[in-house]
Amino acid sequence: MTTLLRTRTTLIWFILVAATFLSWEMGHGIGLHDIHQASAAIIVVAFVKVRFVILDFMEIRHAPIWMRIVGETWCVVVCSVLVVLYLRGAGVI
Amino acid sequence: MSSATTQASGKPARHLPGEAGIWLFIFGDMMVFSLFFVTFVYNRGHDVALFTESQTHLSQFFGALNTFFMLSSSWFVAMAVQAARKNLGKVTPVLFLMGFCCGLGFGIVKFFEYGDKIRHGITLNTNDFFMYYYMFTGIHMMHVIIGMGVLAFAARYSWSGPLDANKIKNLESSASFWHVVDLLWIVLFALLYLVK
Repeated sequence: MTTLLRTRTTLIWFILVAATFLSWEMGHGIGLHDIHQASAAIIVVAFVKVRFVILDFMEIRHAPIWMRIVGETWCVVVCSVLVVLYLRGAGVI
Repeated sequence: MSSATTQASGKPARHLPGEAGIWLFIFGDMMVFSLFFVTFVYNRGHDVALFTESQTHLSQFFGALNTFFMLSSSWFVAMAVQAARKNLGKVTPVLFLMGFCCGLGFGIVKFFEYGDKIRHGITLNTNDFFMYYYMFTGIHMMHVIIGMGVLAFAARYSWSGPLDANKIKNLESSASFWHVVDLLWIVLFALLYLVK
């Protein structure tokens, strides 16, 4: 059991939980004073977390390369579209 | 990756976890939710004041607690698959059960969260924000319930007998489905609860 705990999977879990706290704090205006920058950052952090889940928990890091390309492309495209739509809605761009 | 064969180069062979069919399903599911996310943020931009005000009625604590349950369940399930490959006996089903319990915790929090909203007269018909909130989190909750069934199956399936390659493949398929439930919640939490 301890050999299972001392793996990259556990490290990833720690990072994901820490990133959740970071997002929460940014949602309360800590770190970035501009609410629009903070919200855009929250979306980006969410997709960084999703990327870790895809690569490490779903093991796409070691899957056939085309699957990794699909997974990473999905993260970048959906994240970018959401950030642009958010900033346009907020009147920033 | 202990079950993976080794290529001539010495690097471990690339390995597709689970059945190809489950990945087709996962891809389709992620496409549908992508459309949900885009629709939500697009429509939010048309009435930012309403969406921001409505969001203040959500409990960020409940949302964060459920994120913790989801991340932890995925961690247990990922370890369960590793335990299966190492043939660690009952460790595998116990880890799947721990993942199941986190799913149950998520469901209980959601039950209280929905109950609190409904008691305050906030329903699907209140406004656009809550229509999306109930619709998206409701569809996600259905994934959680199905996923819990899958994890219960994985625990039962891995309880008896040695785990051969075919059994491990089925456990990988079950785990992959659960991880999607986790990753979809990560985005829902950010968009519904945190983005201002």
